[in-house]
Amino acid sequence: MADSQVAVEHDNPALRHHFATQEQQREAASLGMWLFLGTEIMFFGGMFCAYLIYRYWYYNEFAAGSRTLNIWLGTTNTAVLICSSLTVALAVRAAQTGKRKLLLGLLLATMLFGLAFLAIKGTEWHDEYVEHHVPGMGFQFDTTVPQHPDQKIDPQHAQIFFSLYFTMTGIHALHMIIGLGIFIYLTVMAWKGRYTPEYHTPIEIGGLYWHFVDIIWIYLFPLLYLIDRKK
Amino acid sequence: MSEHILPSKLYYAIWASLLCLTVITAAVAFVDLGPFNTVVALVIATFKALLVVLFFMHVKYTSEKMTRVVIFAGIFWLLLLLFLSLADYTTRLLR
Repeated sequence: MADSQVAVEHDNPALRHHFATQEQQREAASLGMWLFLGTEIMFFGGMFCAYLIYRYWYYNEFAAGSRTLNIWLGTTNTAVLICSSLTVALAVRAAQTGKRKLLLGLLLATMLFGLAFLAIKGTEWHDEYVEHHVPGMGFQFDTTVPQHPDQKIDPQHAQIFFSLYFTMTGIHALHMIIGLGIFIYLTVMAWKGRYTPEYHTPIEIGGLYWHFVDIIWIYLFPLLYLIDRKK
Repeated sequence: MSEHILPSKLYYAIWASLLCLTVITAAVAFVDLGPFNTVVALVIATFKALLVVLFFMHVKYTSEKMTRVVIFAGIFWLLLLLFLSLADYTTRLLR
């Protein structure tokens, strides 16, 4: 009697006993990661909600604070993350087609883009620190509302913009660092030859996490950097 | 996530689109559209997010229906949070 498909698949040690097929195991892993990303939507969602309410209350201060952010570095960072999402997607494809060397190269490229993003963000934070825009660290903000030179910007309200800016980009950067940790693990495993066309689920779900962090930045960029750039 | 192996050309096309949309977002910010600056920026951002979710995250090609349910549930919850909170704060003097 020929072995059933299910029995044959269970010869593969990567298939755990409580799953019937590789396909089912892969889809369960994917669903698990998507559920986690759902919790991340809740996590970031709270901060976005706070941001929207304060922006509605203190629009002028938010616009003034936004204008002090470096739009060129922000745009560059957006491009850097988009490139990293490309290398991640291509890495999954390399794993699907069994190209180990290509997979390793793309995983490393992804991490390099991630490091570049963090380096650029660090430069921005340093510049903001020097300008006294870090809340609680000698915060100073002295300017007037554009087109209304008689109205001064309330520094306390401007400080709220910067609190949200540093918190949201800070938590985002923390997620990037965690992502880098995950990808270091994936690179080591890929180096050891653990990933094949039949089994490369960690690459796929690691990729899902990375793309999500990219999507968060895709929304952070216009909301923080582009509130009011018309002169 | 299905095992559809997508052509790398597709990934490059999505990547190029995302970069173009980024440049457009930044450029439009300097044009005076009044209150529509924010609307345009967020619409473009949502389109970019859609490209990432559907193609880079393979959601367009997966046969797993629960994935879409989870994504829809997450976004629905977020919109509920944002819309109802803003509806409260913008229509009443809560200060």
